[in-house]
Amino acid sequence: MAKRSGIFDMIGPVMIGPSSSHTAGVVRIGRVAKRIFGKHLAIESVQITFYNSFARTYEGHGSDRAILAGLLDFKTDDARIKNALDLATQESISYTFKAVGNASIYHPNTVKVEVQGNGRSVEVIGESLGGGVINIASLDDFKADFSASNHTLIIKATDERGVIAFISNILAQENCNIATMSVSRKGKNDLACHVIEMDSGIPQITMDYIRHINWCKELIYIPDIDF
Amino acid sequence: MSFLFDSFEGWKAIIEEKKVSLFQPVIEYEINEKGSEEQSILLGLEKALDVMFDAVDSGLTEDMVSRSGMINNGAKKVYNHGVSVLGENFQKVIARALAAKEVNSCMGRVVAAPTAGASGIIPGVLYTLKDIHSIEKKTLVEALLVSAGIGLIIDNKASLAGAVGGCQAETGSAAAMASGAIVYCLGGDFLQVSNAVGITIQCMLGLVCDPVAGLVEVPCVVRNASAAAIAFSSAQIAMAGVDAVIPVDECIEAMGEIGQSMEERYKETALGGLAATKTGKALSKKILISDIQILGEEEVLPEKPSNKAC
Ligand code: SF4
Repeated sequence: MAKRSGIFDMIGPVMIGPSSSHTAGVVRIGRVAKRIFGKHLAIESVQITFYNSFARTYEGHGSDRAILAGLLDFKTDDARIKNALDLATQESISYTFKAVGNASIYHPNTVKVEVQGNGRSVEVIGESLGGGVINIASLDDFKADFSASNHTLIIKATDERGVIAFISNILAQENCNIATMSVSRKGKNDLACHVIEMDSGIPQITMDYIRHINWCKELIYIPDIDF
Repeated sequence: MSFLFDSFEGWKAIIEEKKVSLFQPVIEYEINEKGSEEQSILLGLEKALDVMFDAVDSGLTEDMVSRSGMINNGAKKVYNHGVSVLGENFQKVIARALAAKEVNSCMGRVVAAPTAGASGIIPGVLYTLKDIHSIEKKTLVEALLVSAGIGLIIDNKASLAGAVGGCQAETGSAAAMASGAIVYCLGGDFLQVSNAVGITIQCMLGLVCDPVAGLVEVPCVVRNASAAAIAFSSAQIAMAGVDAVIPVDECIEAMGEIGQSMEERYKETALGGLAATKTGKALSKKILISDIQILGEEEVLPEKPSNKAC
C-alpha cells in the first residue's frame, strides 16, 4: 500500500519553482553526480543530455539551471538555483547541453550527466520520477537503481567470490541495516559495482578499511542527499 | 489509531466526541502517521507561512519574468493599478495570489500547497486575511492545519494532481483549503468550514488542466487569482450560514468522479484546451526546444547491463 500523505505533503514541500520533477528532482540528480565525482573535487567540464519529455521542456522549466545547481552542490530549496548558469561559469565549469528524443529505453524524464575534472570522469544517468523523487539508473555504465534518499554506499570491486558476503558482514558488525543491495558487473572476473542502500551511515574508519582491501577499486559514500 | 482523514463526517465525529478544536486531530494524525513531535510540526508550518509571505512580497517587488516570457510582472501591475474594480482589498488579494504564483513560475522559492501549480492561492488569501483582520500568527498556523486536513480528505477521496484529476484537483483543492482557513480564522464552526469547502468545490468542478507549452504559467497563474477570489466568495456565503445543500464529502466525490472521466488531453498533457489552441500551439513551437536529436528505430541505445540482485 502506498505511504499515507502527511500534512507537509499538503502544505509543502518548500521548493524552488516551477515543478518538483523539473527542478527539485533534477537538482538532486546533479547533486548525486557531484558526490560520485567527489564532493571536494573541482569540476572542469560537464556534458548534460536531456532525454524524451525532458528534451523539449528542460529549458522552459529551468532544468538546465537545476542540474548545474546540483553539480554546484546546492540543496533543492536554494534560491541560487535560478542563477546557476552564471554561478557555474564563475566556478570555471564549462558546460554543454544536448537534447535527445525517442530514447525508448529511458524513462520519460531522464538526464545524463558526464563530469570531468582533475583527470577523473564520471557518467551518471538519473530519472526524475515526480514530486522530487529520483532514481539513479546507472553510473559509469553499471546499472545502479538507487534513490539517494537513504545512505548509499557504492563499491567498485574486482569480481571475486566472497566480496558480497564480506561487505554485508562488515555492515552487520557496524549495526548497519541494509535496505537494498544490488550488484552489476561488466563481465565474469571483470569489475563489479555494488550499490548498497542503508538506513544509517557508517564510520569513516570502516570505509577506510574497505578501501584498503585489494579487491576494492573505489568506494563512494553518499549520505542522505538532502543534507 | 488516529483518525485517517477519509471524510468530513469522520472529522466532525472526532471533534465532537473529543471536544477539541478542528485542527487538533490534524496534529494527532501527523504525530501518529509520521512519528513527528507537535513542536516540530508547528515550527515547520511557521516556516512554511514565512516562505509563503516572502513569496508574496518578492512577487510584488522583484522582477518576475519567466524564461518563456509568458509571465511578465503581472502581479505588480495589478497591485499598482489606479482603478480598483471592486475595492482595494479585492485588488490586493488578486495581486498577491498572482505574485506568489509568479515567483513559482520564475524559479523562486515557494510552498507547494498542495501543489506547485497552486502555490499562489493560500499565500495570497492568508496574507490578505491577516492584513484586513490582524490575525495572529498562531491562528494562521492553526488555519494551515485545517487546510492540511481538508487537503488530506481530498487526497483520499479524489486527487490533488492535475495529471490525475485536472486543474480542479490542483487550484480547486487549494481554493477549498484556503476557504476553510478563512472561515476558521474568522471564528467559524465546523459546519461553516465544511460549507465553505463544499461551496468552493462546487464552483471549481470540471476545470481542466491545459497548460500552454506544458509550462506551469498560462493559465495557471491567473487561475491562482480566480481561485483565491472564489475562496473568499465561498467563505462569505458559508459564514452567513447558507447551506451547500450537497454535503461536502459528496462534493469531493463528485470532483473525483469528474476527474476520472476527464479525457487524458485535459490532464497535464498539454494536448487539449488552451494548449491546443492556434496560439497555444504556436507558442509551444516557439518556446520549446526543437533542436532535438531524434533516435530512429534501429538506433536504440545500448541495453543497460543486467542486474543480479542478492
Ligand atoms: S492548468 Fe494544470 S498545470 Fe496549470 S495549475 Fe492547473 S493543474 Fe496545474
